Amino acid sequence: MTSTPMSRPASMNLLELQGVTVSFDGFLALNDLNLQLAPGELRAVIGPNGAGKTTFLDVITGKVKPTRGDVVFRGRSIVGRSEHHISRLGIGRKFQTPRVYQNLSPRRNLELAVRGPHGPAALLFGSLSSEQRDRVQHLLSVVGLERQAQQPAGGLSHGQKQWLEIAMLVAQDPELLLVDEPVAGLTDEETARTADLLKQLAGDHTVLVIEHDMEFIRDLQAPVTVLHEGHVLCEGSMDQVQNDPRVIEVYLGSETQEDAA
Amino acid sequence: MADLLSSRNLRRWLPWALIVLAALVLPVVLPPFRLNLLGRFLSLGIVALGVDLIWGYTGMLSLGQGIFFALGGYALAMYLQLNELKPGELPEFFSLYGVKSLPAFWQPFGSPLFTLVAIWVIPASVAGVLGYLVFRNRIKGVYFSILTQAALLVFFNFFNGQQKLINGTNGLKTSTARIFGELIGSDVMQRNLFWLTVVITVAAYLLCRWLTAGRFGDALIAIRDDEPRLRFTGYNPTAYKTVVFAVAGALAGISGALYTVQSGIVSPQYMAVPFSIEMVIWVAVGGRGTLIGALLGAVLINYAKSLVSEALPETWLFIQGGLFLLVVLALPDGLVGWWRQGGPGRLIAMVGWPPRTATYPALDLDPQVAAEQDQLERRGGGQG
Repeated sequence: MTSTPMSRPASMNLLELQGVTVSFDGFLALNDLNLQLAPGELRAVIGPNGAGKTTFLDVITGKVKPTRGDVVFRGRSIVGRSEHHISRLGIGRKFQTPRVYQNLSPRRNLELAVRGPHGPAALLFGSLSSEQRDRVQHLLSVVGLERQAQQPAGGLSHGQKQWLEIAMLVAQDPELLLVDEPVAGLTDEETARTADLLKQLAGDHTVLVIEHDMEFIRDLQAPVTVLHEGHVLCEGSMDQVQNDPRVIEVYLGSETQEDAA
Repeated sequence: MADLLSSRNLRRWLPWALIVLAALVLPVVLPPFRLNLLGRFLSLGIVALGVDLIWGYTGMLSLGQGIFFALGGYALAMYLQLNELKPGELPEFFSLYGVKSLPAFWQPFGSPLFTLVAIWVIPASVAGVLGYLVFRNRIKGVYFSILTQAALLVFFNFFNGQQKLINGTNGLKTSTARIFGELIGSDVMQRNLFWLTVVITVAAYLLCRWLTAGRFGDALIAIRDDEPRLRFTGYNPTAYKTVVFAVAGALAGISGALYTVQSGIVSPQYMAVPFSIEMVIWVAVGGRGTLIGALLGAVLINYAKSLVSEALPETWLFIQGGLFLLVVLALPDGLVGWWRQGGPGRLIAMVGWPPRTATYPALDLDPQVAAEQDQLERRGGGQG
């Protein structure tokens, strides 16, 4: 029932979920989920509320352990590893609601996120390299937060926090970026800019985006995976997916999908 | 000279100059009794710095700092009990319980060098091990507070019950012990101890500032703000929390040792539940998340406590409770936070003297500044 449009030998995939099942006291949040991501790919994941999208990210990032099945990153299983370990392997995550450190300035938020050693001794005795400093400065200008760089991030607007968190994700420089609802609460212009940014990142990075906003997904021009009740309903281009009778059935009233966001 | 007195330099050097001045003048001006009190309260400032590190910065409310405070006090008191004993002699209290030979764990405390290290290494190790086990299991919030308080009670009851090992409830007296041939309780010795306390308090403050100023401090604040988020960025919060809890333990130990020699005794009362809660109140009133607030809170509240207790012995607990309520309800960032956020100015404005805003006419007339101001205001209005 799962159609895989791009079948490849397993070793070529950056990330593979193999029959992942997550059971919360008998409730199956994920049910035999299979998914492959090729290096450099940009992939969109959609699905109605309760389809298991967030649990799916929790499994990859180590927050939730799968009841059955395996998660393979760069050919090695990452099931059972702690969150910080998985992050260091090169998997970064942006959360649904923007989560920045409210009492730190955007610059300091980025300085914590920037790629490099993350142990207590490194932070106490080491200092940022000029390369890391440049990277932080560059990202501040990319997301337009140079003027607010020194004020506590708690005072930023919702959109600015979203962008700061995306910048933190980029500062981490992970191989795989998991982006959960990056344009929730953004203006149309900001949404378009976010789509451009993610498209730019794909290629060098592998990007997986979860989003409700169908216009945004269309903008991304990326293959779409539809989740429903914890497993993959179908995969394909946005047009294919939108005309799939199964998807129409899941999303009641498919003509008004834009409003579903 | 003009450069030396510029406001920036002044702001940097003035506090230190005042500290040096106070350390030189106060021993002359204050009667020995008051000076001794001030020294004791300053040493309590050191344990408050530790509480601020773990609670104010990292967000872990420990109600068990008394453990580490008392361990430091006992370490030094044991050395003082053994010091200047003739060979074969035992500290006096042992004879009351029929103990004929020195318990094994007392032996190393005959060495001054060992004791100087033990004062902070033993509390730090206990804190480190306890902390690691707790943090590794991701116990936090109110469960962490309950756990630290339970640990405190365990230590309290254990020390109370061990007459044959450490004189139980009576504790160990230090005022009658001698060091360098001088009575610890003498005025000269107490004045020297006051100076020592000033120096160590400044050193502890600088250590905490070094810890909190850079990216390490940012990581602590990030743990307080959103610990899971930090994990997903590749940090292991367990390591940070263990380190900072151990540092707070070491500070508590040093604080306890200084407090012990200045009050003349260490007893299990230092591990009583209310005392450890008071440490938290000092930091809350002074201003958590600011190092100077922790120091100020400890010194001011304890000084107020001793003054009030002398005049109206029954009222202090009510005043302390009222202070805590005031801080929780009206000054969430404590006295220092209130000061920094322009609290005094607002208070004066409330009485009817609104402060004049200082500005430069040239700045008001600059078209670019006006345009930026306009833009900022519009943006501010656009946010919901």
